[in-house]
Amino acid sequence: MSETKPITKNVDWVVVLIYIACLMIGWINIYAAVYNPEVNTSMFDFNNNAGKQLMWIGTAALLIICILVIDYKFYETFSFIIYAVVIFFLVMVLFAGSNINGSRSWIKFGPVSLQPAEFSKLAISLAISKYLSDPAISLTRKLKDYYPIMGIIAVPALLILLSNETGSMLVFASFAIVLYREGMPGFIPAIGIVMAALLIITLLFIKWYIAAAIIVIAGLVIWLMPVMTRRRGGLWATILIAVVMIGIVFGVDFFMNNVLQKHQRGRIMVLLDPDSDPRGIGWNVIQSKIAIGSGGFTGKGFLQGTQTKFDFVPEQSTDFIFCTVGEEHGFIGSGVVVVLFIALISRLVVLAERQRSRFARVYGYCVAGIIFFHFMVNIGMTIGLMPVIGIPLPFFSYGGSSLWSFSILLFIFLKIDAQRPFTLSRG
Amino acid sequence: MLENRRFVIIGFFALIGLTYLLRLFYLQVLDDSYSIESSSNSIKRVTEIPFRGQIYDRTGKLIVYNTPVYDLLVTPYKARVDDTLRFCQVLGIERSDFDSLMAAASAYSRVKPSLFLRQLSKEDFASIQDIMVDYSGFEFAKSSLRTYTAPTLANTLGYVSEITKTQLEKQEEPYYRQSDYIGQSGIEKIYENELRGKRGTKFVMQNVSGVYKGPWKGGELDTMAVAGENLYSGIDLEVQQYADSLMMNKVGSVVAIEPKTGQIISMVSAPTYDPNILASRYFSKNYAALARNPYKPLFNRPVMASYRPGSTFKLIQALIGLQEGVITPGSGFTHANCPVGCHNHPATGTVALGVMHSCNPYFYNVFRRIIYKNNIKNTFKASAVGLDNWHDQISKFGIGQRLGIDLPSEYKGNLPNKKYYDRFYGEYRWKFSNIYSLSIGEGELLITPLKMANVAAIIANRGYFYTPHVIHGIGDKKKVNPEYLVRHETGVEPHNFEPVIEGMIGAVEGGTARRSRVEGITIAGKTGTSQNKRGDDHSIFIAFAPVEDPKIAIAVFVENAGAGGSAAAPIANLIIEKYLTRKVTNKALEERMMKSDLMSKVILPGQKKPLPADTTKKKPVTETKPSAARP
Repeated sequence: MSETKPITKNVDWVVVLIYIACLMIGWINIYAAVYNPEVNTSMFDFNNNAGKQLMWIGTAALLIICILVIDYKFYETFSFIIYAVVIFFLVMVLFAGSNINGSRSWIKFGPVSLQPAEFSKLAISLAISKYLSDPAISLTRKLKDYYPIMGIIAVPALLILLSNETGSMLVFASFAIVLYREGMPGFIPAIGIVMAALLIITLLFIKWYIAAAIIVIAGLVIWLMPVMTRRRGGLWATILIAVVMIGIVFGVDFFMNNVLQKHQRGRIMVLLDPDSDPRGIGWNVIQSKIAIGSGGFTGKGFLQGTQTKFDFVPEQSTDFIFCTVGEEHGFIGSGVVVVLFIALISRLVVLAERQRSRFARVYGYCVAGIIFFHFMVNIGMTIGLMPVIGIPLPFFSYGGSSLWSFSILLFIFLKIDAQRPFTLSRG
Repeated sequence: MLENRRFVIIGFFALIGLTYLLRLFYLQVLDDSYSIESSSNSIKRVTEIPFRGQIYDRTGKLIVYNTPVYDLLVTPYKARVDDTLRFCQVLGIERSDFDSLMAAASAYSRVKPSLFLRQLSKEDFASIQDIMVDYSGFEFAKSSLRTYTAPTLANTLGYVSEITKTQLEKQEEPYYRQSDYIGQSGIEKIYENELRGKRGTKFVMQNVSGVYKGPWKGGELDTMAVAGENLYSGIDLEVQQYADSLMMNKVGSVVAIEPKTGQIISMVSAPTYDPNILASRYFSKNYAALARNPYKPLFNRPVMASYRPGSTFKLIQALIGLQEGVITPGSGFTHANCPVGCHNHPATGTVALGVMHSCNPYFYNVFRRIIYKNNIKNTFKASAVGLDNWHDQISKFGIGQRLGIDLPSEYKGNLPNKKYYDRFYGEYRWKFSNIYSLSIGEGELLITPLKMANVAAIIANRGYFYTPHVIHGIGDKKKVNPEYLVRHETGVEPHNFEPVIEGMIGAVEGGTARRSRVEGITIAGKTGTSQNKRGDDHSIFIAFAPVEDPKIAIAVFVENAGAGGSAAAPIANLIIEKYLTRKVTNKALEERMMKSDLMSKVILPGQKKPLPADTTKKKPVTETKPSAARP
């Protein structure tokens, strides 16, 4: 380890190039979203979101340099302390948060407003990685090893829920991916997916039909089951599963009407039937689909979008930035963005797998999972495949907190990865 | 074993990516229902402008609503006007107007409709509609106009006009477009986001010549315009107009507040104008005339003008003195050894009598005690400490800061503290003798009429106030701004208000304001006479009534009208009586106040003497021209 080597040595250039590409495409599209043909908006004017985003990109670059300069062991050593600091800010925001757009989740540092919830992802990732870096911990065998993980996730989740930022909290579902990789039995995520599917089916079809279908399928499964399995409890297991599923179907109804808040219920209903509320929540979905759909194969061209101009698509430079891409650059542009994300996430998984320490691998998977979840929900909502949940598209959406937190998240991993040749394997 | 799970994970990522790609391909390439561009020749997007929210008064009467009007559009290449003379006569325009309007329309586009005449009233529309059938190429488009039930409240409500170029450029989220309307001042500006509603879009089919062929795709992609939210105000329109009539031919302000809620009952800025003249198609002409008017009718005096509070400020001095314990209700002071002069009045042996007779030396001594607190070893240091302590206490009355009313450009006023005098004299180089004129509300104090009305409300409430506000309910649910529900305490205990209120009752019953007392209502009031560099003193009066259960607190400022008892007090008391009983008993006083022309005494900045009488009497353009020449 020579003292003079550049800080960029061994950094994975594939990830860095995709990162830069995302930032640039994002910035250009933010400019297109705020562009007003009547006043000739400037790209570098700090009064509009495009100019401000440029400032955020500049400061993110400084942050990245800091991350690359700091010793890679810092993150592992201080992971619980970083976690504690973020929790402290999450508590603080409940009492001293500034109110921006009806959500009390911002803290003002002079002229800059930051959202501590954005940084909770980083904190949880580091804490989980640190916890799992102990080789004695096993997710395959011991149930009690799950409790600390649940605690690590639940504390910030509750705090975020209290400050009314449900969107940021849902992102924590992405940690299922890393837990699965580290040994969580496969049926747990499978159950999660089945539950979600059941939920949607329940909302689409009549409850009694679904119940009947489940009974028929259960009957078929039992009938097709080898006799041995049936005798060894397969019969009762299948019947139990069927009963539970029917219970869920009827439970969903109760859940929708009694547990969810009105706007959350609306967002799910609109996903299934945008025309159910074309003036309210359906507005976003319809307008966003029109914008993307009208782009066609090649798009209308840079600054030529008519739907995203003015206010037809709401929050066009933040959560709905993908609409601008879809409208102005068509299938080609939006396809490139999807491919960029999948490439980035897959590359992160490959990098994570080549780590020698478990800490680094778990952290790598956390980063990949979080970025993937944001990508899936954000783009999914603009094309009408996901309910409207206000979370940003990483590296694209306008906003300092989100850009900073994703850059920090990503580059900490790249820094750890760059030191891989010098790390000893620890299982 | 577990390593192999990476393939499941990457597979899952790829699956979602592929799903999204397919969905995008379907939306963007296969499904052409969204590709409006491809059929743009026949599909036209029409923006629907929603109705602006209406504003109601406290009794449920409409103050502002929208009148549908009609814009006349012309498509030059289709226009056929055979007898131009009759055509011009019908529309009430000159031949030269016709030529220039046509030229402007042709310059814009020969084939697209452009504006010919804007904002024709429904009546005009009805009368010329039939005649216009004879001329092809002309069509009417519906639009709306702000209309005011009564010619009052111009500055409070503000006006709506076409967005300016700077406003277009400065908007953060691009909402407005050229020729959109936007609230420019007053309530219209502050509540712009609530009032404007939500624009809708309609996709309609038309043939090559632009004839409407029905909605596209049965209106599937249309979004309806959502009307703006209605606002509910505490204004009492009847009292407001009555106050207007009393303030005729005067320069000044009236602010009346409901003490228990902080709702504004009436707010007059005199001289005023009829808000309808800025909502007509003669906006620019009328606006220019208002802007040129030397009496500045566009200047919202209740919140923007500042005066020295004069003797009305003695009330606060007494309250602070009592609360600090430096005087008791029975403290008496004489005129001896006092640098401020006074008039001839009976002895002032109690706080109540001091207030009633508005004795200057009395409050000189009160203020001296507040500042020095019997600590006169080092008068310079004691003055500095005493003044800052005094400043903090007065601040709690909302003085020297913005109250936070829902009107733009509220003026802070001035409440000097130690720093302020240090800048003039240097630290510890000044003492009580340099600042004693504050004791009677003169010197460096500056205050707006709104704040003085709020002081009256504080005294009426015996110690607290709610931020004064015009609008107390937004939308059908009458949503309330939570800031207007916060009770602000002044820190002066209720029992300390009693001697002051006793003095105020005395002032109206037998003191400085005795000539305007109202039979049957106990009014507590205090006159003020504000010295100023130009012309006669300003006449000030603050009051609240009934004393037992205060329903109205009021401040009246009349510029250059002399003593507080001569103009401001009668006006205030007439308004109080009108609000509480809906009638006025002292008709002679009412008539005298309505007729008195105090404007002729006002000396404007930069002038040596009052302006000649008729500089401002020019009539605004209001009536729509076509009606004059209706056949």
